[in-house]
Amino acid sequence: MENELAASNSSGGLDDELVSLRRDMFKFARLQLRDDASAEDAVQEAMAGALAGKKQFNNRAQIKTWVFAILKHKIIDIIRERARSPGTAISVDEIPENAYDELFDDKGFWQEDSRPASWGNPEGSFSSQQFWQIFELCLTRLPENTARVFMMREMLGFDTDEICKELAISSTNCWVVLHRARMGLRLCLDERWFNAENRNAEL
Amino acid sequence: MLNCKQAAALMSQGMDKELGLFQKMTLRSHLMMCKGCRNFNKQLAFLRQGCRNFPSQGS
Repeated sequence: MENELAASNSSGGLDDELVSLRRDMFKFARLQLRDDASAEDAVQEAMAGALAGKKQFNNRAQIKTWVFAILKHKIIDIIRERARSPGTAISVDEIPENAYDELFDDKGFWQEDSRPASWGNPEGSFSSQQFWQIFELCLTRLPENTARVFMMREMLGFDTDEICKELAISSTNCWVVLHRARMGLRLCLDERWFNAENRNAEL
Repeated sequence: MLNCKQAAALMSQGMDKELGLFQKMTLRSHLMMCKGCRNFNKQLAFLRQGCRNFPSQGS
């Protein structure tokens, strides 16, 4: 990192890269924490931690992976901290129980027009910048606490027991919330990305 | 016999914990017959992969 930084003074290229890296980190932290000030703190600390590490990197992807690993730990610390302060019990029933009922008929089978169709080889989308914009948009559209539980599970790698403990919710609740989050995210990606006609609609 | 709604809930639960033997069996027999749920199952795995890749996208 030191060498990279030194090089940046002569080229200027890395300065730009650090600015864009910082912006990505902030976006990621804000999505998890839903609070600008805490997100800023997490990014500051992660950056400081990364610089203190004085690791050698060969390319931007390596730096990014490294600082994001540190950033995740900072976010996890902040979430644990929050869970310890009193009065933070969160409400997780933001998506109503019947929210996705209309996808199914009265016997509980997929309705003809909502039966999940194949996404083909969806991994191909990972190389598209536009896909990631839509992915983020869909995450942002989930209600706040639902998104928080989902991202703790899927992005920060908490197991469900730990999520229940940190957020003081029952394990049944936890599964229900995760399920609804997945239903919501799946539906959003299906509509906004995999149904190609909508791809170019306004974000 | 599971319906699709129950199968979807089980598939989601299976992403978070090991399902019981009976749950696995009923789910497997549902999936054998139901293309929609097979697609759903693949899509859940894709969502997970997407979330794992999300932080380092664009690098």
